[in-house]
Amino acid sequence: MASKSKPFYLIPYYLWIALFVVAPVLLVLYYSLFDIEGNLTLSNYADFFTPVYLRMTLSSFWYAFLITAFSLLVAYPAAWLLTRAKHKQLWLLLIILPTWINLLLKTYAFIGIFGTFGPVNSILDVLGIGSQQILFTGFSFVFVSVYIFIPFMILPIFSALEDLNPSLLAAARDLGASGWTTFRRVVFPLTISGVRSGCMAVFIPALSLFMITRLIAGNRVITLGTAIEQHFLVTQDWGMGSTVAMFLIFVMALVMVLLGGRKEVRHGK
Amino acid sequence: MENKRNRWSNLYLVLVFVVLYAPIFYLMYYSFNSGGTMHKFEGFTLEYYREVFQDTRLIIIVINTLVIALLSSAIATVIAVIGALAIQRVRSRRAKNTLLSLNNVLIVSPDVIIGASFLILFTIAGVKLGFSSVLLSHIAFSVPIAVLMILPHLEEMSPSLADAARDLGASSTDVLTKVILPVIRPGIFSGFFMALTYSLDDFAVTFFVTGNGYSTLSVEIYSRARQGVSLSINALSTLIFLFTVLLVAVYYVLTTKKAKQSPAEPAADAGVPR
Repeated sequence: MASKSKPFYLIPYYLWIALFVVAPVLLVLYYSLFDIEGNLTLSNYADFFTPVYLRMTLSSFWYAFLITAFSLLVAYPAAWLLTRAKHKQLWLLLIILPTWINLLLKTYAFIGIFGTFGPVNSILDVLGIGSQQILFTGFSFVFVSVYIFIPFMILPIFSALEDLNPSLLAAARDLGASGWTTFRRVVFPLTISGVRSGCMAVFIPALSLFMITRLIAGNRVITLGTAIEQHFLVTQDWGMGSTVAMFLIFVMALVMVLLGGRKEVRHGK
Repeated sequence: MENKRNRWSNLYLVLVFVVLYAPIFYLMYYSFNSGGTMHKFEGFTLEYYREVFQDTRLIIIVINTLVIALLSSAIATVIAVIGALAIQRVRSRRAKNTLLSLNNVLIVSPDVIIGASFLILFTIAGVKLGFSSVLLSHIAFSVPIAVLMILPHLEEMSPSLADAARDLGASSTDVLTKVILPVIRPGIFSGFFMALTYSLDDFAVTFFVTGNGYSTLSVEIYSRARQGVSLSINALSTLIFLFTVLLVAVYYVLTTKKAKQSPAEPAADAGVPR
């Protein structure tokens, strides 16, 4: 078989790309141009820029931002401490293990934990604060989402920190830098790539979560993902759903360009 | 001073682990509660486990889930081997990057979009929603991750190996089956395993393409959880947790055996939230 020609056995892979990568995006684009009666129109896009959708988009972004920020805040120190720990491969495996447990089961657990008679409310009671409505609020949504995403933030930061040359830290200390200065001027800039991939791995899915909003936030929080699901499976307005999806695709592409191009996102560096 | 700091940092790590595992153990603990709620433990019972094992519908769904997972990952792995070979053959850097980007589209896309666009695709192509649509979409989203697990092994392989085999008169089929495949076998294994966990874990994509009457475990858990707390879900999740730990342990043993040749960190295999 000449190595220049395209041998026929490669066909299944190219077929996969054509059918499941290229075609779906084109179909979403195509469907976004039709209204619910099946007329060719740009009205979906016009609708998207009305206050209702803009407010939803804005709140979706705000929540995604909060989720990403809190995940980073928790994950960075954890990743740092992991690199110093003994048996770090084992610890790392323990961080990864919960990600292998079905997302819905973990979310379901929080229905009990945050419930009216759940342990969190009991603690609040004991502290004298009294029980609160925790479930079905923005807080519970952010908390559960951060919980779900933390391992995906820790991993890339961990591998970035692992690649850090320890002699740089020693050098900074010798030159008289304080711990905070070392972190701000040396450690953080050198691990920014890990932070970037972590943020990408969290921000984009956070925009499109819909099961957590349904189970934990009780439709109090509406994200772009919830809107797409609603349009496709409930109101059957595929056109509008596709328009929201197109917007999400656009944002995704933008985020990827802004945060470092086509680098592989969720796996390692 | 140093000691005190150490203690604080250990406390932080332990706290993270406690929070990570608390919900899981919380679920397991209350699966034995005869009170029927997820608060106030009244007494020990195995009733909910009995309920799970007597629920024929649930058992059929578990079987569905396993069949889909095994079948889709097997097919996806085959396509991924072909894909890795295809990507490796491309010499021009530009074309290679394009191909890799196309490969990664489904990994970075939000599940809702994958689900919605597949729903459109299957409806247009006339694929009946149910087993076949779920199987096809699971194959589709498992291929790219398996490619990413196989490709590094292929690129590490010395090209002279294949050349030598060819010089010695091996046909291209022989080169493939006797030289290339054995060399990339660890990659194929981890690709298959990742595809398996992706498939077992997937909710959002499946939710879009199941249609009526066909269900996988995640979709079923979602619809049951929406109806409120039911301790049979807790019992089920305990069983799933134990199964997962077993699976991970087997995988860990399998990969650490190979790890002596290529020190792959387990972190590289982390899945994606679905």
